[in-house]
Amino acid sequence: MADLRCTIAGVSSPNPFWLASAPPTDKEYNVVRAFKAGWGGVVWKTLGEDPPIVNTCSRYGAMSLNGSRMVGFNNIELITDRPLEINLQEIKRVRRDWPDRAMVVSLMVPCEEKNWAAILKRVEETDADAVELNFGCPHGMSERGMGAAVGQVPEYIEMVTRWCKQHSRMPVFVKLTPNVTDILKPARAAKQGGADAVSLINTINSIMAVNLDSMAPEPEVDGKGSHGGFCGPAVKPIALHMVAEIARNADTRGLPISGIGGISTWRDAAEFIALGSGSVQVCTAAMHHGFKIVEDMADGLSNWMDQKGYRALDDFKGRAARNVSDWKFLNMNFKTIAAIDQDSCIKCGLCYIACEDTSHQAISKSRDNGHRRYEVIEDECVGCNLCLHVCPVDHCITMKRVDQGLPSVGWVDDPRNPQRRSANPSSA
Amino acid sequence: MSGADNEAPDVKPGRLNPSAYAHVFDDIGPPLSPRETLIEAARCHFCHDAPCVEACPTGIDIPSFIGKIRTGNLKGSAIDILSANIFGGTCARVCPVEELCEEACVRTTGENKPVKIGMLQRHAVDALMKAGPQPFTRAADSGKTVAIVGAGPAGLACAHRLAMLGHKVDVYEARAKPGGLNEHGIAAYKVPDIFAQKEVAWLLGIGGITIHNNKALGRNVTLDELRKKYPAVFIGAGLQATQKLGLEDEALEGVEDAVGYIERLRQAEDLSALPVGRRVVVIGGGNTAIDIAIQSKRLGAEDVTLAYRRGPEQMGATAHEQHLAQIEGVNLKHWLAPVRLIGWRGKVKEIEFTYTRLDDAGKLVMTEARTRLLADRVFKAIGQVLVKDPFDGNAREPLAIKSGKLVVNDDRETSLPGVYAGGDCTATGSDLTVRAVEDGKRAAIAIDRRLRS
Repeated sequence: MADLRCTIAGVSSPNPFWLASAPPTDKEYNVVRAFKAGWGGVVWKTLGEDPPIVNTCSRYGAMSLNGSRMVGFNNIELITDRPLEINLQEIKRVRRDWPDRAMVVSLMVPCEEKNWAAILKRVEETDADAVELNFGCPHGMSERGMGAAVGQVPEYIEMVTRWCKQHSRMPVFVKLTPNVTDILKPARAAKQGGADAVSLINTINSIMAVNLDSMAPEPEVDGKGSHGGFCGPAVKPIALHMVAEIARNADTRGLPISGIGGISTWRDAAEFIALGSGSVQVCTAAMHHGFKIVEDMADGLSNWMDQKGYRALDDFKGRAARNVSDWKFLNMNFKTIAAIDQDSCIKCGLCYIACEDTSHQAISKSRDNGHRRYEVIEDECVGCNLCLHVCPVDHCITMKRVDQGLPSVGWVDDPRNPQRRSANPSSA
Repeated sequence: MSGADNEAPDVKPGRLNPSAYAHVFDDIGPPLSPRETLIEAARCHFCHDAPCVEACPTGIDIPSFIGKIRTGNLKGSAIDILSANIFGGTCARVCPVEELCEEACVRTTGENKPVKIGMLQRHAVDALMKAGPQPFTRAADSGKTVAIVGAGPAGLACAHRLAMLGHKVDVYEARAKPGGLNEHGIAAYKVPDIFAQKEVAWLLGIGGITIHNNKALGRNVTLDELRKKYPAVFIGAGLQATQKLGLEDEALEGVEDAVGYIERLRQAEDLSALPVGRRVVVIGGGNTAIDIAIQSKRLGAEDVTLAYRRGPEQMGATAHEQHLAQIEGVNLKHWLAPVRLIGWRGKVKEIEFTYTRLDDAGKLVMTEARTRLLADRVFKAIGQVLVKDPFDGNAREPLAIKSGKLVVNDDRETSLPGVYAGGDCTATGSDLTVRAVEDGKRAAIAIDRRLRS
């Protein structure tokens, strides 16, 4: 049995699976149910100052794809709509009753030092493990100068993070918004301000759909809509990229990361950890299927680690981050060509038409005794993988490596590159 | 089995509880719900050069119509289907899809679980039929009128396409109402809720088609007359005679053609008035044999046995149909050939079979072994044949007939120029509705070409 215990920025939990700051962590009732189900920790839904905010009716939008529900999800909900004192009492009680679980409290108050100092003092009294600064919420709160409005300005991130470190003994997680062009800038600012960890990604600005009858965006509030935060399985690739950038970049490397973004399975979690995440945070998958999903997350991760010989999370944490590179360093002499396994081919022709219409005309079609036959024209194949992706049969199309007998050379050194390093020694 | 010597054959109406008749022929394959439809449509891979299209006798662009279901473009989906096959509604219900499109589906190859193409087709066509009139329009009037013999699927598919192409059509139908086998022959549980009638009325909505009922070729009108009056004639007369068992005492009361009984059943105002045997024996191995067996069972027959002289693989009925019969409680017996009918006061009460087998050369041979089955009713379902009279002896210029069917070329033109034929009466037609529709469609296109040249 692999050891799933997780420690990030001094916060420990029996497994790396935390529920993200969101509706599932809004109150004691839900959080206790989550802990009973086996979640390793929670980030309590963002606390703010009283009076509590008021939410709209109609809050969520979802994207279904070919019968799969909620491949993408969004919300226009704000932070907690319950009084601060009630939340604090509940946090304190749950903290006391579940001492082995991670209890992180998400916070969002106006950008004034005294406001942050005041709320931090009160959170400390709950014995929570850490705070997470919500600099990510992209809707509603940002219009009031909070959430993403702070997260998009690195100077504000640094300033508020510094206040929090000054006014609290608790570790500080800074939750980053992906609604920026370069995630490294807010990550660096958090680090500069003394953050103990970053959490990312928060949700992405989005309109889920347009209702073509009412001509309003979804989710719709009385005929109108507002952009909301996009999350769910569809955002995972964006999140993985941002996590990897922070994990591999020289000046942010080593900054603990709590990975968030479309994590639905143990496999998703393993990918985030392999790119450098310590804990991972889940929301949409739990909102879709309930808390029970954590059983397979923990069990599946453990079984996979056993199979791979990883005894602890640190054994594979960040291993894939090393292999995330700049394009210019990729081996230009690496060559693969597609191979179609004729025995498992079901003759759907999708590889053929995809290659013929939109790629390199590298698949031929013919009839052999009336039977359709699709074959790779090896001389034309550029190894783009398109056929492999459109093929509905697992492992029917594979990419075979062709040994060209050439050394590994990145574009920076490739003889075909007029700006290669050897041609321009000063840039080396 | 002969211990019932003093027992009268038991054939009587009203075997079921009176309230049961309302649902006795309910839809055997109820439609998919909208949600099921979307999930099923999503299973289609949208193949290039899709094998299912090739397997469809009418060449419906199946990936296209399923793709349109997926996007919610149900009207476009139905028009894709109907432009290739105006009887898309009936075909969705009666096609042996497991031997056509769904057998060819790449998901059959991959996982032995095809996309439910027939059910998806039904969803799209039903939605369009429910929404309003047939969606096609007539081209400018050509001033020409074409004669069609037989208002079955071949004839009406031909008529509808001719109407689309701008021609007028006179259809001569031997029976009292149109529809052919859709109306008179298909098992009731496949087309409940007078679907066949509704479909005919709907497709006639295109206009330009006049149906003359009770006008049989050879009886009320001759081919020579039609050829004189019309520039082109299409014959979709079907097969109106049945094969005989060739046994002594075949005239015993209770020995009946399955097709005749099914026709009465389909046209019955009151099913509870239809006489049903207690012990029914069906002779034959095709879909008609299955249809009569299941319908007899549903109407309250206690024992229904289908006896076929070869094995299950040789049966004309598809594996799906055989399976259905077994689910419905029909006893399937193979390798039995009828040799004697035994009567009681002029009525059949028992039937004797000889066991058969294949010899070393693969030829069917009778054995010495015999068996008997009590039978209050014996249905013959061993095939229908062409009534040749209107085409040979009585015609001034006879049509070429080969193996008992009218000979046609790829355009479905017979040996006489300007005379076309399709459906069950032709050599190219197997006994599928969908092939009849294709024949009618092709003939219409060829007739149009002829009339405009």
